[in-house]
Amino acid sequence: MWALKAAIVFVAAIFLAAGAFLVFAWRSEIPEDATAGEASFAPELVARGAQLAAVGNCIACHTVPGKPAFSGGLAVPTPFGTIYSTNITPDRDTGIGGWNEAAFERAMREGVDRAGNHLYPAFPYDHFTRVTAQDNRALYAFLMTRAAVKAEATENELPFPLEFRPLLAGWKLLFLRQGEVEPEAARSEEWNRGRYLVEGLGHCGACHTPRNAFGAEDRDRHFGGGEAEGWQAYAINPDSKAPIPWDEQSLAFYLRNGWHEFHGVSRGPMAEVTGNLSLLPDSDIAAIATYVVSVMGDPTPERAQRAAELREQFEADRLEQTADSQSSVALASGGQAGETLYLAACANCHQGARRQPFGGLNFELSTAVNAPNPQNIVNVVLFGLPPADGEASAVMPAFRHILSDQQLADLLAYMRESFSDEPAWSGLVEQVANTRSGAYKVTIRPSDGIERAPHNVGAEEE
Amino acid sequence: MTISLTVNGSSHAIDADPATPLLYVLRDDLGLNGAKYGCGLGQCGSCTVVVDGEAVLSCMVPIMLLEGREVTTVEGLGTIDEPGPLQQAFIELQAAQCGYCIPGMMMSAHALLRRKAQPSEEEIREALTTNLCRCGTHMRILAAIRRAGELMRAASLPGPDEGRTG
Repeated sequence: MWALKAAIVFVAAIFLAAGAFLVFAWRSEIPEDATAGEASFAPELVARGAQLAAVGNCIACHTVPGKPAFSGGLAVPTPFGTIYSTNITPDRDTGIGGWNEAAFERAMREGVDRAGNHLYPAFPYDHFTRVTAQDNRALYAFLMTRAAVKAEATENELPFPLEFRPLLAGWKLLFLRQGEVEPEAARSEEWNRGRYLVEGLGHCGACHTPRNAFGAEDRDRHFGGGEAEGWQAYAINPDSKAPIPWDEQSLAFYLRNGWHEFHGVSRGPMAEVTGNLSLLPDSDIAAIATYVVSVMGDPTPERAQRAAELREQFEADRLEQTADSQSSVALASGGQAGETLYLAACANCHQGARRQPFGGLNFELSTAVNAPNPQNIVNVVLFGLPPADGEASAVMPAFRHILSDQQLADLLAYMRESFSDEPAWSGLVEQVANTRSGAYKVTIRPSDGIERAPHNVGAEEE
Repeated sequence: MTISLTVNGSSHAIDADPATPLLYVLRDDLGLNGAKYGCGLGQCGSCTVVVDGEAVLSCMVPIMLLEGREVTTVEGLGTIDEPGPLQQAFIELQAAQCGYCIPGMMMSAHALLRRKAQPSEEEIREALTTNLCRCGTHMRILAAIRRAGELMRAASLPGPDEGRTG
């Protein structure tokens, strides 16, 4: 009798707790607005929205390369399963055509869709929650004036119980801090503008900050380096491994142009970021650079000393450079396997006379060679840097059909030893094999991001 | 140092620095002048050959990496008297203007058609992204590759009489 009573109380408690959680997790539906898709907006507002959408890099996740812009369907692999991006064109049935501005703003602020479903944090609302109402209005105006595309969202592939969206309310309780951030009065207006763009819409931390076991950004390691689509997003805090530390000028130049003579070209998902930022005014690019460089802080005296030497060396080299595409590197044979390979296959461009961004970066200047994980070099050597469609761009030939796993591993070991003081990488053969086979997924895109390709009509009509 | 190379089915003992690019050996030692020197930096595709079924840029490949592997050049696709399907299609559709890029184009197409005899337009363009043509015969090149695919499929289908003879 006593046991039965206890059991009843126990079951009732579970039901009560579950019920309370569901009440806590419940979000109301915002009624469909049948006229939202036909609304008109001031052209200036739409133009500002276009710039903001570029900062948010919305197109990168919400477009399948070669398909109409913003129509969703891109598979975003996460450690928890694959999430498919949604259609954010103003199509009423399959996109956000029935969303009013309040519904859009709630999605940005709280990560909840119009129907009241919690959204997965692959949509970086932990950053977008910082966006002002004014900027959300411009973004809304921009998206609602794109061409409506009928494209049904693909079902996510998530293991039990993660497809149960109310659980996300718990995630948000733990990791989401809603709302805008007050400017820091002691800092310049430019710095505050930079922080607003970087920590908000720009969501730089989504890739550049490592994530914890729940997939949330680890705030204690802000900008400490993370990964995206099979690429290493380097540390952009005091742990940055750039041999010549970034400063405001070099970072602004890189963000504006997608390359810098002391740092190389942007590639992988970062190429899309720099491609998109071309829509921004210089003042915003400068603000972003100011803020990010302040997070990196001043380099240590040893690092600054080394950087000064490198700078002198490469500035002197630059004066001697000619238009001759043939390098003067002597092809020496012998030595260890990796060295022979490097001299035969890499040095011609990477120690050649061609300048950035069309020549290879000298590895003395390479962040990749100094990074804790060689993945980006593995990606670039195996798959190359494909050319941009219809314009001059940095390219690198792919070597996957030429180099075996062992040969590439030897090459990496040699590069690490010769161009970096960091400890040797381990497990190289396996890492190369897994990247080659696709067991480790890597996204390969042209240097300007394929969404801007001329045949992508949707993206062009901007 | 001697390195053994298999090119278009014949093996050759090459006495050269192992770091020598394949392109130089093909042209200077073996007299196979189909593959062209364009940029020398792996950026234009005019030196493309096929190694073990895959298109590679021969100006970028040191011969030391080719021991025991099968190299095919444009000369390996057919002869003047008996052009292979790709060569036949390029002649038929007059896809060359100056012709400098064409051997590279054909070898990229060869690697593609080996994998897939009926590629989509997208796949053909994708396979040729690393091949530049300055004359602008791109549309004819694309058409020739589609035509070559047709010729290959026709050749591999059983003829009308074949069913009866067996």
